[in-house]
Amino acid sequence: MTMQKTIKHPTRWLVTACALALAPGLAWADGRGDYAREQGWDSPVPDMKTGVLLFDRLEYAAGDDEDSVDWEFKGWYGGDTNRLVVKGEGEHVVSGGDGGEIEALDLLYGRLIAPYWSVQAGVGYQLEYGPGPNHDRGFAVVGLEGLAPYWFEIDTSLRVSEDGDASVDFEAEYDFLLTQRLVLQPRFGTSFAFQEVEEFGVGQGVNHVKAGLRLRYEIKREFAPYIGVRWKKQLGDTADLARAEGHDTDDLRFVAGVRMWF
Amino acid sequence: MKSNNTLTADGLSRRRFLRNATSMSVLAALYGVGGLQPAFAWPRSGNLEAEKEADGDTDIVNLTIDRTPMPIDGKDARPITVNGTVPGPLIRLKEGRDVRIRVTNNLDEDTSIHWHGILLPFEMDGVPGVTFPGIKPGETFEYHYPVRQSGTYWYHSHSGLQEQEGHYGPLIVDPADPEPFAYDREYVVMLSDWTFEDPHDVFRKLKVAEGYYNYQKRTVQDLLEDIKRKGWEQTMRERAMWGEMRMSSRDLLDVTGSTYTYLLNGRSPADNWTGLFQPGEKVRLRVINGSAMSFFDVRVPGLKMTVVQADGQNIEPVPVDEFRIGVAETYDVIVEPTEDRAYTIFAEAMDRSGYAAATLATREGERGEIPERRPMPERGMESMGMDHGDMDMDMDHGAMDMGQNDMSGDMNGGKEMASDASDPHAGHDMSGGGQAMNGADSAGMKDDSGGMDMADDEPYEWPLAGRKISHGHDDHGPGAAMVASNPQNRMSDPGIGLESTEDHKVLVYDDLRALAPWPDEREPEREIELHLTGNMERYMWSFDGKKFSEVDGPIRFHHNERLRLILVNDTMMDHPIHLHGMWMELENRHGKYRPRKHTLSLKPGEMVSAQITPEHKGDWAFHCHLLYHMDAGMFRVVSVA
Repeated sequence: MTMQKTIKHPTRWLVTACALALAPGLAWADGRGDYAREQGWDSPVPDMKTGVLLFDRLEYAAGDDEDSVDWEFKGWYGGDTNRLVVKGEGEHVVSGGDGGEIEALDLLYGRLIAPYWSVQAGVGYQLEYGPGPNHDRGFAVVGLEGLAPYWFEIDTSLRVSEDGDASVDFEAEYDFLLTQRLVLQPRFGTSFAFQEVEEFGVGQGVNHVKAGLRLRYEIKREFAPYIGVRWKKQLGDTADLARAEGHDTDDLRFVAGVRMWF
Repeated sequence: MKSNNTLTADGLSRRRFLRNATSMSVLAALYGVGGLQPAFAWPRSGNLEAEKEADGDTDIVNLTIDRTPMPIDGKDARPITVNGTVPGPLIRLKEGRDVRIRVTNNLDEDTSIHWHGILLPFEMDGVPGVTFPGIKPGETFEYHYPVRQSGTYWYHSHSGLQEQEGHYGPLIVDPADPEPFAYDREYVVMLSDWTFEDPHDVFRKLKVAEGYYNYQKRTVQDLLEDIKRKGWEQTMRERAMWGEMRMSSRDLLDVTGSTYTYLLNGRSPADNWTGLFQPGEKVRLRVINGSAMSFFDVRVPGLKMTVVQADGQNIEPVPVDEFRIGVAETYDVIVEPTEDRAYTIFAEAMDRSGYAAATLATREGERGEIPERRPMPERGMESMGMDHGDMDMDMDHGAMDMGQNDMSGDMNGGKEMASDASDPHAGHDMSGGGQAMNGADSAGMKDDSGGMDMADDEPYEWPLAGRKISHGHDDHGPGAAMVASNPQNRMSDPGIGLESTEDHKVLVYDDLRALAPWPDEREPEREIELHLTGNMERYMWSFDGKKFSEVDGPIRFHHNERLRLILVNDTMMDHPIHLHGMWMELENRHGKYRPRKHTLSLKPGEMVSAQITPEHKGDWAFHCHLLYHMDAGMFRVVSVA
């Protein structure tokens, strides 16, 4: 595999980003009194480190031509300010075709920089598999994630591939509470590429817009089955590339799945 | 007012305690159910008192800490117990005597006991990591200290999250001199919140999933109802404000009745703790909020309650219909049931997600009516650190500054607001606060004195009027999701969801008036300002935006200096702030008759001040008494040297 090569350039980025992010907060003591320090007692309220793994989407997506199982997860571990973040998103075709794609698999360091915003930096990986030969590439990733006014969850990132191709992703979602447990979640996403990357069907400019609408029922906060629709339309050069390969540029699917976390 | 038959009453009830305690433990072993009391519970009627032996001037009490399987609300639970019960037994001490309390730890983890509200040598204060190393498994620690105060207090673990697991109990110190009020009978009413979840899971859920326990969030339906009621424009303006702040107007308590079973003296509403009385008797209820996370609104429908003590300290009696009690606060009230019927002691969680209830009756087995539940209240403008809850005012005058620069320009109208409203407490135009004013007469403030005659009080001037507060260069950083740019005096405001009317008087901090001035009448020579800060998204809680692990060293008080501690609540939550080892004399409208407290509850957007004389040297804990806020880092050490 090309992972060896993939890691190389982004590592430098990651190290630099981490060093920059960590620098301001390196050397503090804590609030212990003189007596406790003399005695060498532990902090009365030690910081808690914790984490979570959220499968935001784990769904069966039925389309006109093909059906797929789509997935998206996010996990983190750490404290309030510094966290290790993993994110992934992909789809696997189960009928009407073969293969699938790991659109992104990111390993990031996240740091809280403002009450609702954290910057994230790290490495990412993309893989397209089957029916033809596999294509994969690595990225350096810098992102901004947080909660915008009016409670829009925002996740955006700048990705630079090992070949120097750059793109920007943007995703927003919102929760409408119909009842305390019934939640309607619209989502919107788009992607912009600075260069064409034919191998991955990426045209220059805006690649696509994605929209989704999911209605979930929180049996528990941790476990919420849902139904919904998702729609993706490829645009501009990207759409041309898709058409040249004989693909539809307009993809509407009905989804049923579960949102869960551990 | 004089104390008359206090002693008789006391003797009476104590005999009842003992009789119950003994017979119950025997019978419980045999039957365990059906109205009989199992050994692990407090008696259904009355309070369970710890045994003590006298050795000269010293009382000796033995306590053991265990994990004891027992039913709570009829379900299997495994709480941490003190001498086998939840709450632990009532420890009854006498002012002027000394006490030795031997605490044996039978847990497989460290434990501790903190004597909440008691002034003592700091090594005896019982805070692991601050005053002692904690009590190791299998170890016995002996607390010994002189008891030089009186009133209603309580004790609890200061280790980890043990308080949530049942490790607490009442502590009463009987005064050396007669009390200035009379009663025939007394009961401890200890409120708490129990969860069958592991408290560490609760904490994690709060950290990883904001609003996990809140099942009263705003829904689309609420929005439609608001539009119908207030009109489109007003509703949108309000929602825009909350939306821009990313704050929920329905976030009143972090942990709610969705996981909590609320207990009164260790019993759920179904288990119906009962306090017996004879019609015509004066019954003293010593109400202690021993919960981890819950503010309660307490009332006894059909009875007036006369508040005679707050945090164990005598106050000018205030007749009320209801009072809100913050976590760790205590209020002593006297009720006079004249009818031969059952009355309900009703303690509703502030967010209305549940309640604790018990009965006052003339015989066991009765129960009073459970009052109709009230809808969840919603926070309004008053929580943003501007004017007194006037929701009709123009929303564009919001006085909230955001942690970030995404607030529109017209939101900085706090100053304009203050002058427009000519509110003496807002104080921005007061040129140094030089005006003298009688609190009861001030515009914008209702007289909530409940019939008290305040005429003999000195003219009142709020010491914080006109104060320029500072949020630092970065508005307390990422640890603070908001700051109150114009925090208010809210001591005449009963708080969210409560309204004090002529027919239904609710206690407010401005009602608390000490019986006599406190010994140290010096003016404060130094001021310390601390801000209560938080970021709900990540469940971060702190002072001045920095949690315990992020600050460098303790807050330093000088021994016997006269200090003014100023607290500013920059969050949307109510916080009970507890200072160990010294009194906080709350600067309310009663001048030198200010009440003194060990725990001060601050409403959102509120600013309070207290005068302090740090008489006892050593390191003392200072923290929010919401357990998970404290553990998240809303904790400081105060070093008196």
